[in-house]
Amino acid sequence: MTAKAPAGLLSTRGLSLKFGGVVAAESIDFDLMPGERLAVVGQNGAGKTTFINICTGFLKPDSGQVFFDGTEVTGRNPRQITRLGVGRSFQLPQLFTEHTVRDCLMIAASAVRSHGGFWLPLENAVDRDEIESTLELLQLRSRSHDLAGALPEGQRKLLDVAMALVLHPKLMIMDEPTSGVSSDEKHGLMTVLMKALDERGITSIFVEHDIDIVRRYATRLAAWVAGRIAADGAPEEVLRDPAVIKNVIGG
Amino acid sequence: MPSMRLAVVVAVLVAAVLGVTLWVPWLKTPVLIALADGLAVTGVIVLIRAGQVSFGHAMYACLAGYGVAFIGRALHLDALLLIALGTVAAALAGAVIGMFMVRYRGIFFGMLNLAFSMVLFSVLGKFGAVTGGTDGLRFDRPSFAGVHLEREGFEIALLALALGLAVIAGWAVQYYFRTVDGQALAAIKTNETRLEYLGISAKRVFWRAYTLSAGLCGLGGSIFALTQGLVTPEMGYWVRSGEVVFIAVLGGSAHAIGAFIGAFVFSFVKLYAAALLTAWQLVLGLVLIVMVFVAPTGIFGLIEKRLRAKPAAGHGGTP
Amino acid sequence: MDASLILLALMDGVSYAALLFLVALGLTLIFGVMRILNIAHGSLYAWGGYFAATLGLAITSLALPPALGLPALFVAAIIIGGLLGTVLEFFLLRRILDKDPILQLLVTFAAFMVLEDLQRLIWGVQPIFVSDVVGQLGTLEVAGVTYTRYQLLVLPSVAVIAFLGLRWFLRKTALGRQVTAVTHHREIATAMGVNTNRVMWLTMALGGALGALGGALASPTTSFTPGIGAEMMVLSFAVVATAGLGQIGGAALAALMIGLARSFSIYLMPELEVLMPYLIMVAVLLVRPEGLFSTVATRRI
Repeated sequence: MTAKAPAGLLSTRGLSLKFGGVVAAESIDFDLMPGERLAVVGQNGAGKTTFINICTGFLKPDSGQVFFDGTEVTGRNPRQITRLGVGRSFQLPQLFTEHTVRDCLMIAASAVRSHGGFWLPLENAVDRDEIESTLELLQLRSRSHDLAGALPEGQRKLLDVAMALVLHPKLMIMDEPTSGVSSDEKHGLMTVLMKALDERGITSIFVEHDIDIVRRYATRLAAWVAGRIAADGAPEEVLRDPAVIKNVIGG
Repeated sequence: MPSMRLAVVVAVLVAAVLGVTLWVPWLKTPVLIALADGLAVTGVIVLIRAGQVSFGHAMYACLAGYGVAFIGRALHLDALLLIALGTVAAALAGAVIGMFMVRYRGIFFGMLNLAFSMVLFSVLGKFGAVTGGTDGLRFDRPSFAGVHLEREGFEIALLALALGLAVIAGWAVQYYFRTVDGQALAAIKTNETRLEYLGISAKRVFWRAYTLSAGLCGLGGSIFALTQGLVTPEMGYWVRSGEVVFIAVLGGSAHAIGAFIGAFVFSFVKLYAAALLTAWQLVLGLVLIVMVFVAPTGIFGLIEKRLRAKPAAGHGGTP
Repeated sequence: MDASLILLALMDGVSYAALLFLVALGLTLIFGVMRILNIAHGSLYAWGGYFAATLGLAITSLALPPALGLPALFVAAIIIGGLLGTVLEFFLLRRILDKDPILQLLVTFAAFMVLEDLQRLIWGVQPIFVSDVVGQLGTLEVAGVTYTRYQLLVLPSVAVIAFLGLRWFLRKTALGRQVTAVTHHREIATAMGVNTNRVMWLTMALGGALGALGGALASPTTSFTPGIGAEMMVLSFAVVATAGLGQIGGAALAALMIGLARSFSIYLMPELEVLMPYLIMVAVLLVRPEGLFSTVATRRI
C-alpha cells in the first residue's frame, strides 16, 4: 500500500490490462469528483466497458490501482465494491428475467436493508413507496407485473438502471442507459433521471453514443481511444479536440 | 393460488388421508413412505428453485436414517427425539458439504453431489462391521412421545406426525420462497451476475438453501427409517436420488405441494403396477416420458393451469 | 506386496480399465455430440452382456462351432447396441434436444427405468454367466504369473483398437469430421450443411454399440444380474466426469487410473475397492470440476 488514497470519489492510478495482444487499458490515471456527471465516449472496443469492468471489480487489472471513496478497491469483487456504494447498469441489461419488474426492484432494494432479516417476506423488507416512486420515475409503473424478460429493449435498460438506483449508491455507472429508447423519449428520460441523481447527490458516469445527450447532460466528458483517455474536460472543449473528432465522432 | 383456498384443500386432503388409512389399515405403510418421500422431494424443490438439480440428495435421507438406527440401537431414545436428531444430522452434513458444494452450478453441481452420495453408499455397504453392510441395520421400535405402542398404534401415531410435518414443511418452504432469501435464491437461476452487482452473495444464499434442502431430506429419511425399522445403503443409491428428482418433476416443482402430489402418485402407481405387472419401473418410466412432453410443469402445473383458465377474481398475470 | 501380486493387480486393472473405457467412450461420445448425459447408457451395457450370454448359450445348445463364441460377442454388441441406440435417439433424444437440462436428464433416467424392467422381464432375476470363451482361449504365463489370454490380450486390444479407430474416424473421414463439427457447435454445423440428424443417429448407434460391447465383453468374466446396469452407469459416469465430459483421450486415461486404483485396492485394502472410483471423482471434481483433461471453463462462481 502506497501513500494515502487520492481525494476523489473514484480514482485510478496506472490502470493497465491486456487481453492477448489487445491493449484494453493502458496506464490510466483518472479522478472523478463527487457531484460530477461524466459522459464517456469512444468507439466500440476502445476500452470504455473494460474500464468500468475493472473499476467495479468484474475484471482484475494487470497493474495499477483503483480507489473508491478513499479506500483502495483494486482486486475486490463486484459484490464488495457495490456494497461500498457503486450502482451499475449494463450495456446488455442484467435482469431477473423470470421475475416481475416489481419483484426485480424489490430484490434490489432488499440488498440495502440492514443485516439479518433475510427471513422476512420480501414485501415487508423493502420500502414499497420508494419502489413505486422509482417505477414512476423510470416510467415502468404500467409494466410492474410483467416479467422482466418480456419487456422491450428500452424498458429493459430502464429497469436495469432502476435496480441500481434503488441501492442508494454514491456513484451510478450507466452503460448506454437510453439506447433502445425511442429518440423522442430519450431527452425526457435523461432529464428526469439526471434530476433524480442530482436530488439524491449521486455522482454519475454514463457511456453514451448520442452527442446531443452528452452536450445537454454531462458536466464533463472523457473520450476513450485504444485503451487510453485521449481527452478529458468540459464537453464542448473535448468535442472540439481533433483527436476526438477523428477517432470518436468521425469526420 | 389464493392461500385460503389452498389451506382448505390441504385440510381436506389431510383429513382424507387420515380417514382412508384408518379405514384401510394396510395403506399406512405406503402412505408413510409417500410422506417421507414427499418431504425429501421438498428439499429437492428448494434447489430446483435456483435452477439446480442434485443427483445425490438421497444421501441426506440415508445419513439421517442411519443416524436414527445407530442412536436408536445405542441409546433407545424416543421416536420424536430420533427424528429431530436425524434431521439435524442431515442438516449439519449439508451445511458442511454445502461449503464446497455451493461454488458449483449446473451439471458440475449435479455430478459432485452424485459423487459424494456414491462415496457414502460405498462406505455403508463395505464397512459392514459398523454399518451392517448391504443388509443394513435393524432397530427396535422406539417409544412415541414417551408411550410404548404396539405396531398398529405406533404407525398411526407416526402417520399423524408425518402428516403434520408434511403440512408444516410445505408451508415453511412456500413461506421461504416469498422471503428475501427465497427470492434471491430464485434469482440465482436467471442472473447471478446481477445478484453480485446488487451486493448480494449468491453463494451464501445458496448455502442456506442447500442446508435447508439437506435437512428436509433428512426429515424424510428419519421417518422412512422409523416406518421400516430398517436402514440399508440403498436409501442413498443414485437411483434413489434420481427417483426423488423424478417425483419433483412429476408432481410439479413450482410449489411444495407438488412434492406430495408427486410422492403419492409415485407410491400408488408403484404399488399397483408392482402388484399387477411386477414392472412398476416400466410403467412409471413411461409416465414420466409422457409427462415431460405433455406436461413438463408436472401435475401441480396442470392443476394450476386449469384453475387459471377459469375466469377467477384476480389481478393480472403474475405467474 | 511382492512382484507377482503387483503384476496381477496391474493385469487386473488394465483389463478392467479396458471394459470401463469402452462403456465410458460411448457415454462421452454421446454427450459430446448431443450435449445430453445418457443415463440409460448403463442399460446398454447390461443388455449387451445379457444378449451376448444368450447368444453364447444358443451356440452351445445348437451345437454350433465353439469358435463362434468370440465373434458372437461382437455381433451381440453391434446388434443390441445399435438397435437400442437407434430407438433411443429416434424416439427420445432427438425430441428433447432443446428442452430444459433437468427434463433431458429425467427422460434418459426414465428410459433407464424402462430398460431395467424390460431386461428383468426378458432375462429374469437369476444370474447368467457364460464363460466358455475365456476357457477356449486358454491361459498364458508371463514372468511366472498365469493369466487368461482373454483378459490379457483380447480386452486391452479391443479397447486400443476402439480408441484408435474412433480417433481415425473422427479426424480422417468426412463423416467423422462432421461429427466433430457438431460436437463443437450444432447450429453452425447445421448451417454449414451437415445433416445433424444423421450425425446424431450415428453417434447414438455407435455409442450404444460401445456400451453394449463393454457388456458383451464383460459377460464371459462376470455374472450378470439385475442392477448391474445401474452399477456400470454410475461407474462409467465417474470415468467420464473425472476425464471431462466429451474428452475421448482423457476417458482412456481416467479409465486406466480408476481401473488400476480399484485393482490395487483389492490387494491392499479390499473394502476400498468399490469406494475408489468415487473418491477419485470427488477429489477431481473438487479441484477441477471441468475434469482433468477438459479445455472448457467451469460454470463456477
